[in-house]
Amino acid sequence: METLGKYFLFLGKLFINRETFATYFRLTMEEAIQIGINSIFLVSLVSFFMGAVTTIQTAYNLISPLIPDYVISLVVRDMTILELAPTIIGVIYAGKVGSSMASGLGTMRISEQIDALEVMGINSASYLVLPKILGSLLTYPMLVILSGLLNILGGYLAGTLTGVITPFEYIYGIRYEFNDYTVTFALIKAFVFAFLVSSISSFKGYYTTGGSLEVGKASTAAVTQSVIAILLADYLLAQLLL
Amino acid sequence: MIRIENIKKSFSGKEVLKGIDGVFEPGKPNLIIGASGTGKSVLLKCIVGLIQPDEGSIYYNDTEFTNASRDDKTDIRRQIGMLFQGGALFDSKTVEQNVMFPLDILTKMPLDEKLDRVNFCLERVGLSDQNKKLPSEISGGMQKRVGIARAIVNNSKFLFCDEPNSGLDPLTSITIDDLIMEITEEYNITTVVVTHDMNSLLGIGENIMFLHKGLKLWEGHKDDITQSGVKEFEDFVFASKVMAKLRK
Repeated sequence: METLGKYFLFLGKLFINRETFATYFRLTMEEAIQIGINSIFLVSLVSFFMGAVTTIQTAYNLISPLIPDYVISLVVRDMTILELAPTIIGVIYAGKVGSSMASGLGTMRISEQIDALEVMGINSASYLVLPKILGSLLTYPMLVILSGLLNILGGYLAGTLTGVITPFEYIYGIRYEFNDYTVTFALIKAFVFAFLVSSISSFKGYYTTGGSLEVGKASTAAVTQSVIAILLADYLLAQLLL
Repeated sequence: MIRIENIKKSFSGKEVLKGIDGVFEPGKPNLIIGASGTGKSVLLKCIVGLIQPDEGSIYYNDTEFTNASRDDKTDIRRQIGMLFQGGALFDSKTVEQNVMFPLDILTKMPLDEKLDRVNFCLERVGLSDQNKKLPSEISGGMQKRVGIARAIVNNSKFLFCDEPNSGLDPLTSITIDDLIMEITEEYNITTVVVTHDMNSLLGIGENIMFLHKGLKLWEGHKDDITQSGVKEFEDFVFASKVMAKLRK
């Protein structure tokens, strides 16, 4: 409970004694580029193969002649939009970006760089963490959209090249009774997960004490706690919004 | 000028500072010395506001700092420059960007003026040709000098140095001490140096405050160290063979 309270106080600290808008804009863009561009390759790779595997495995399980083939792509579509793109990529995002945020801030803390900012009269939490959270909120939903597209593309290529589904049936299934609210839901999840990963990881890194060993521990704790937070939020959002 | 009154600080029930008083005057280096674990760095962090003391007051030119409002504290902090033990340079920024950082954040100077000021400060610390290097590409002594340049770039009125000579060879240490002395005198800055380096004590010890187990046991000039009459201070100062020989 004490840690939870400290986390909320930390979030409050982000909004007091801030620097100029131009400073935050520049820093947020820098973070967005770093977070976004550096994650594209991994997100694309994982998403493409996730879509391919989901298609093959769904086809393997739907062997009844009573079930039309287009159901395969319908399942891939709903799985992708509702769960695979926002949540599984969220877990990967926590591992890649979250650990990087925690270790970066942890290193700054133990090498007194954060103290140096404080001595200059700069609110270090706001200066260092707020752009990370904003950059994350800006880029993670884009990564989720990219992931969704590549999932579906991966499924299309795997399904059609192996002959488990025709291109026409795949596209028919993707479009069949499409409910656009699922995209809204996926984007809400993306925003929530982006906030959770960036704020929890920054919190763990910002309050690192000790030496390099503790930076490693903070990084691990950041990933673990971000993943737990994602899974809890995933359940709560599904319960509330679906 | 900085004045501290009855500074007390405890951590988990252990009293680290037991009521420290003192005055740090401008234009001469003020040294805080003592063995490891006596509270030197805690006192320094209390003075710059990184740690909130449990009791006592800190005055920057008669402005009370400890209980000042957030805005007042920020105003005072923007007149402070600090050299950290490890340099605390920003890893991802070049030497030039590190020195320019306080100007970027705290002023609205045009870029060419900022560059002029940065080049002046780097020249002042003897690093005029290192602008584009990253901190990892320069030596420890150079990092300390960049730290000093960053601390003075904003015309700071108060300079704090936390063990500026740690990890440096004796010659580089003397260079750093000389630089601190010169800058302090030249710009009439109030400088506070935490150290346990005996070379610094003898070289720039214009006003020395000796801490022992959280108490101030002695205060004076470097010329008076042999006549302090404080056993703990003499044990500390003359612990090394070189200093003991020198005393004889």
